[in-house]
Amino acid sequence: MKNTVSQDRRRVLRADHLSLTPYTIWAVLFVLVPLVFVAYYAFTDNNFQFTLENVQRFFVSTSSILQEDGSTQEVRTYLLIFWRSLKLAVISTVICLVLAYPLAYIMARAEPRTQKIFLTIVMIPMWMNFLIRTYAWMTILQDTGILNNFLSLLHLPNVHIIGTEGAVVIGMVYDYIPYMILPLYSIMAKMDTRLIEAARDLGCNTLGVLRRVIWPLSLPGVISGITMVLIPSVSTFYISQKLGDGKIMLIGDVIEGQYVANNLHFAAAIAFILMILLLVCMAVMRKLAGRHVEGGL
Amino acid sequence: MKPIAKVYTAIIFIFLFAPIAILLVFSFNQGNSLSVFSGFSLYWYEELLGDSNTLEALRNTLILALCSAILATLMGTAAAVGMNKLRSRPMRAAMNTVTNLPMVNPEIITGISLMLMFVFVGRMMGLATSLNFGTILIAHITFSLPFVILQVLPKLRQMDKALPEAAMDLGCTPLRAFLKVELPEIFPGILTGFIMAFTLSLDDFVISYFTTGNGFETLPIRIYSMTKKTVTPKMYALATIIFFAILILLLLSNLADRDENDRQKARRKGKAD
Repeated sequence: MKNTVSQDRRRVLRADHLSLTPYTIWAVLFVLVPLVFVAYYAFTDNNFQFTLENVQRFFVSTSSILQEDGSTQEVRTYLLIFWRSLKLAVISTVICLVLAYPLAYIMARAEPRTQKIFLTIVMIPMWMNFLIRTYAWMTILQDTGILNNFLSLLHLPNVHIIGTEGAVVIGMVYDYIPYMILPLYSIMAKMDTRLIEAARDLGCNTLGVLRRVIWPLSLPGVISGITMVLIPSVSTFYISQKLGDGKIMLIGDVIEGQYVANNLHFAAAIAFILMILLLVCMAVMRKLAGRHVEGGL
Repeated sequence: MKPIAKVYTAIIFIFLFAPIAILLVFSFNQGNSLSVFSGFSLYWYEELLGDSNTLEALRNTLILALCSAILATLMGTAAAVGMNKLRSRPMRAAMNTVTNLPMVNPEIITGISLMLMFVFVGRMMGLATSLNFGTILIAHITFSLPFVILQVLPKLRQMDKALPEAAMDLGCTPLRAFLKVELPEIFPGILTGFIMAFTLSLDDFVISYFTTGNGFETLPIRIYSMTKKTVTPKMYALATIIFFAILILLLLSNLADRDENDRQKARRKGKAD
């Protein structure tokens, strides 16, 4: 009897390894190997000979842009675009954080029933196709769009938004703010409210409670929120195409353009650089946040 | 709730819903403008039903979502069962990292990386076109898998480990013990994972854009090419229909989840009595 049991146990162990095998193979083949291919394409030419040309092109390509005073200026094309993507993504992420933080706190402190309703309200926009949501923003912000029609109705001067960096930021904030609200909410809902009460009882004012208790406790949510907003913002190409009206090129637009033009090696080089940059960003952020959490304890 | 909190919440929610409200309204527009409402009509819905390209894309999207969700759910559930029982710490860390990778990588990089590999393999095999239904299916399974695993794994962790062991001590074979004891316990997680995989596949644009080819067009890709030209309220009618379809699907899954919770509560209560 004992023998059969241990035999069964062994069979169970074997079955567990067996159940993991297809996924392991799949993940290696379709997650890890493709990333190796990005590096491979980035450092080879059309005949798959080693070259640094693609990466170099990214750093040294220049083009001249027309200044407002009519003169032209030489700029590093791709570095400028990269810098712009990073700038707009960081601005959008900060705006998302500032807008979402109080909302997440309000949601977490509401009645359980209300919390559920709020959560659904935050998630509903995510079920609408993001291309169409972004397009709808375009019809709102256009020069002859809904916003300007409305302003004309009130006899107010019209605004020109589409095709500016501001329009792209609006699109990014709108599309990705749920990804900031949800992790913040879920960490704040789990927060021990007695800690806040204790801090108050011990004479902490509202700002002190926020700075010394709520903020440090919510840091893991802040980090995952930042990650979930920054990454899609920095790599988007649809938002800039539509709300930037083709005038605000982002790094995603370049990758997409090179793909359409069938310059796969250069597209891979940019993707490779983007990937490395994001890895560095995430590592730095985690380190900074880690120190904060340790310092707080 | 304080009044200021109410006002703040209302402002954010209005911001979240403004474009959606606008596109729901304009899908019923009589004219073809997306910014001037000229009267109520169902014209664009009728127009949509006569658009064979869009209907074809809808069919493609549903087939793709169903296939990728079924395969991702099967493989993901098996993977979660295996990962839950991994003893070695480095192995577990490695599996977790690989699982998280597609979720933290930008979609454009997941798409580009898969495309590069498919194109390379296609060239090696001497194919004229290397992207087709197969490649987009692989891509969709790949990005859905982590979500299935992350739904099933917590259910396995919550489960009483003694249950399958008891079943086996009472003479069940391991497979029977899994089917009769473990599977019903983790089924809500599997179902949620399946629905997530299905809806993610329905909605995906970026990864599909880079990995599809050979005329296989999904709805988001069709929408993308529609927005490259002048857009009529027909696209809004399409969005409205998809929106309500997903809404109903999620409400149903919510109800199923609640039923399951009630049943579990009742069972626990029964045990306590």
